[in-house]
Amino acid sequence: MHHDLSGQSAGNEALNPSAQQQRDPHRGPAGKGGGLGAPRDINSRFELIRMLVAILIGIAITALVIFAVSDTPLESLRYMFIGPATTPRYFFNVLELMLPLVFTGVAISLCFSAQQFNLTAEGIFFFGGMVAAVAAITTKLPDGLHPFFCILLAGLAGGVIGAIPGLLKYRWNASELVISLMLNYVCFSVSMYVIKNHFRDKDAGAIVSYLFEKTAVLDKVVAKYRLTTGGVVLAAAVCLLAYLFMYKTRWGFSVRAAGANMNFTRYTGLNVAFAVIGSQVLSGVVAGMGGAVEMLSMFTRFQWAALTGYGWDGVIVAIFARNNPRHVPLAALFLAYLRIGADIMMRRTGVQMEIVKVIQAIMIVLLVAESFLAKTRHRMVVREATRESIVAEEVA
Amino acid sequence: MEEILRVEHLTKVYENGILANDNVSISVNRGEIHAICGENGAGKSTLMKVLFGLEQPEQGDIFVKGEPVRIQSPSAAIKLGIGMVHQHFMLVDRLTVAENVVLGNEPRRGILIDREAACRVTEELGRKYNLEVDPTALVADISVGLKQRVEIIKALLRGAEILILDEPTAVLTSQETRELFEELRHLRDAGHTILFISHKLDEVKALCNRVTIMRGGRTLGTYELEGLSKSDISRMMVGRDVVLKIEKEPASPGAVELSVRGVEYWSELGKKMIDGVSFDVRRGEILCIAGVEGNGQRELVELITGLRSGGAGSAKLRGTELLGRPIRAARKLGMAHIPSDRMVYGVASSQSVKFNILAGKVEDARYTGKLLFRDRAIDRDMEALARAYTVKCTSADQTVGMLSGGNIQKVVVAREMSQEATLLVADQPTRGIDVGAAEFIRRRIVEMRDAGVAILLITADLNEALELSDSIVILHGGKVVAYFADTRALTEEEMGYYMLGVKSQTPEEVEGAVHAS
Ligand SMILES: Nc1ncnc2c1ncn2[C@@H]1O[C@H](COP(=O)(O)OP(=O)(O)O)[C@@H](O)[C@H]1O
Ligand SMILES: [Mg+2]
Repeated sequence: MHHDLSGQSAGNEALNPSAQQQRDPHRGPAGKGGGLGAPRDINSRFELIRMLVAILIGIAITALVIFAVSDTPLESLRYMFIGPATTPRYFFNVLELMLPLVFTGVAISLCFSAQQFNLTAEGIFFFGGMVAAVAAITTKLPDGLHPFFCILLAGLAGGVIGAIPGLLKYRWNASELVISLMLNYVCFSVSMYVIKNHFRDKDAGAIVSYLFEKTAVLDKVVAKYRLTTGGVVLAAAVCLLAYLFMYKTRWGFSVRAAGANMNFTRYTGLNVAFAVIGSQVLSGVVAGMGGAVEMLSMFTRFQWAALTGYGWDGVIVAIFARNNPRHVPLAALFLAYLRIGADIMMRRTGVQMEIVKVIQAIMIVLLVAESFLAKTRHRMVVREATRESIVAEEVA
Repeated sequence: MEEILRVEHLTKVYENGILANDNVSISVNRGEIHAICGENGAGKSTLMKVLFGLEQPEQGDIFVKGEPVRIQSPSAAIKLGIGMVHQHFMLVDRLTVAENVVLGNEPRRGILIDREAACRVTEELGRKYNLEVDPTALVADISVGLKQRVEIIKALLRGAEILILDEPTAVLTSQETRELFEELRHLRDAGHTILFISHKLDEVKALCNRVTIMRGGRTLGTYELEGLSKSDISRMMVGRDVVLKIEKEPASPGAVELSVRGVEYWSELGKKMIDGVSFDVRRGEILCIAGVEGNGQRELVELITGLRSGGAGSAKLRGTELLGRPIRAARKLGMAHIPSDRMVYGVASSQSVKFNILAGKVEDARYTGKLLFRDRAIDRDMEALARAYTVKCTSADQTVGMLSGGNIQKVVVAREMSQEATLLVADQPTRGIDVGAAEFIRRRIVEMRDAGVAILLITADLNEALELSDSIVILHGGKVVAYFADTRALTEEEMGYYMLGVKSQTPEEVEGAVHAS
């Protein structure tokens, strides 16, 4: 692979010597990497800088706040930022929290890539958990197969729900955002209704379902912790498949084209219906599976009483991952690490874990604010443009 | 001569990295009509926007009456006595002329606008500068020429001493142009300074005292117009002698590829925009649809290419109906389309050059297997296409939005012309791009014709229409008023008569556009 690519870029230069001159010396040969990824130029370099700066500012402000509110600021900071890496238990906690974020992060990335602001992932995650719970209570299947059957069912249900805003958007141009927000309540209420009225274990105190069949629960990686092998494998598979779909297939291409310019997508004869509806269906499938994996990893009966919030977190993950499923694991890990760190800090030093919301909020605002560092970007652009002009002059 | 405005070493870079003004310097005297000439994209509008405070420069100094100034907003410009008449009017259609004139600094009676005072002011100014308008007319009801006059009055009321007019004649009839020139001379004689932008050299020669020439974002210099010929100016504008001759053999048309019959279209307001248009495009010929803007060619081409729905009649590509079917279907049948608005339709500007050229070929077996793309073939061929179409980019991974207009157009052309099409609809293929790129694109169009592709050309550039096409259909008021099977004997003048509705052919002559039964 590597050999081919370097051979090819050498070929390019042989064919087009002048391209070498125009090329930015910092960037290396053109065509490196290859494929149809996001554009790679001054913009993408700038976006990376912007993200790092946003993260640094978020962390710096958090540190300041901790100094202001904590009696033992240094200790608090240590728990917050290093704590999760200090013991296996904490680290497994991070991984356990990371898994649902990977699923919802991929789900949100899929529809955001097509500029479809469908936030049903929140409701579908919950609904998927319910579907998996019901299947885990009512069906009997062999050990290895059972959980995957439940997860598949939840994925299908998620796809069907995801199709609703997609179809309404495609057919009547109804706002998928508004519809998805309302659907979240529907998902929640229907799920609670089903559990309360049909599967509630009246012997247990709270509103919880009957116990799942033993065969339906996913196996742990290490007996002590709740992280499950099936969950990890599925999460990795979902990221990989979503990445291949988005960047290596013609269907994913139409999704990204739609995200960039819907007129263009229609005009070039790409499949607009697929871009709009398909992206939201797939997003629903992934979110539904995520709910099921969470349910069959962390619990032995359905015991959610409120929406989990993982769907909203998926939005944060997607923003950090730039809607690229390949970057979702890292983004999810980052967010999970911060959350667990804040939790440890709270338990050890009493600084409220809401502090993590502050970091999140600051970083998100900085990332989505177009004008943050716009001056820096402008300077980079100006430098590039004037340099090109000088080169052009020398050539002429 | 007293200098009223001076710009030194001004540089402006847009967000997309385009260096629109590159070390620009200019000096303008009080009481002159100063022309700024340059091709599309030379940076004229940008310079004017900087002077009017609409854009902020990166570098450079501006002096008004000898004082260094910073013009951070249009209101700052107005305070300095600089006014601007925009290419697109900034008037409120539902208000009267007088109300528009005073908008923003209305004379008041209590909390209400004093309409009488507004009318009085408008009329007074009109009388003083020979700019007559009816102050009580609704702006929606007046002609384009009058709207422009209202804009000028507006600027004068705000105390403009320096008046910027950015391509004011582009939207005017020749009668209106003559009137505008009278008004401008009158203003000059009253002591105003006028910056006049145009690339119509006759106008510049007729009206202006001096001219500053811009090319590729730079100023080449300022010259007295006396003693300067039109060809001198045009040579400086383009940087070489303009050859608008296109080398091509006479066409040898083959079978009918696209056949348009009785197409009609009503606008949303119920106006009949296209009225029974019929013609054929054969393989190996370039047929041009010409007409003054607003005579139906926009709607016609959008109906044929599927961007617009709702027409009646038929347009068949090798026998298959196109009207009312998705673009996807037409593309599969072999239609390629260079759209007139490259930013709206032509590109996904946040994606890479590679991505943009590949779109439309994603189902091609060379580039995709059953499931996955063939990345290697894509990289190789898209890079090669970008190079073959001389797209100036650092690599095919560069964002399209960062390229200049001409290079963005080349990306569009590279995609559409590599589509293995049997019909190419080229809608204003060279609008707003530099001569070099335009020439390249025209040559490619001829090559495609010679390879047997049917080409439907829509252009507002008469010269291009005559030079590039083999035959011409002229639309006026939504109808075909003329068909010329051979353009070699046709002149721009003759075309003008038909386009303006002065002449029209007999129905039998027009029938010539229809080749098959
Ligand atoms: N708002 C803008 N953003 C980015 N590029 C622009 C913008 N306006 C103009 N340009 C680019 O700047 C260059 C000069 O444009 P302009 O000043 O409009 O030229 P002119 O008026 O001489 O035709 C062109 O390449 C054009 O595409
Ligand atoms: Mg302009």
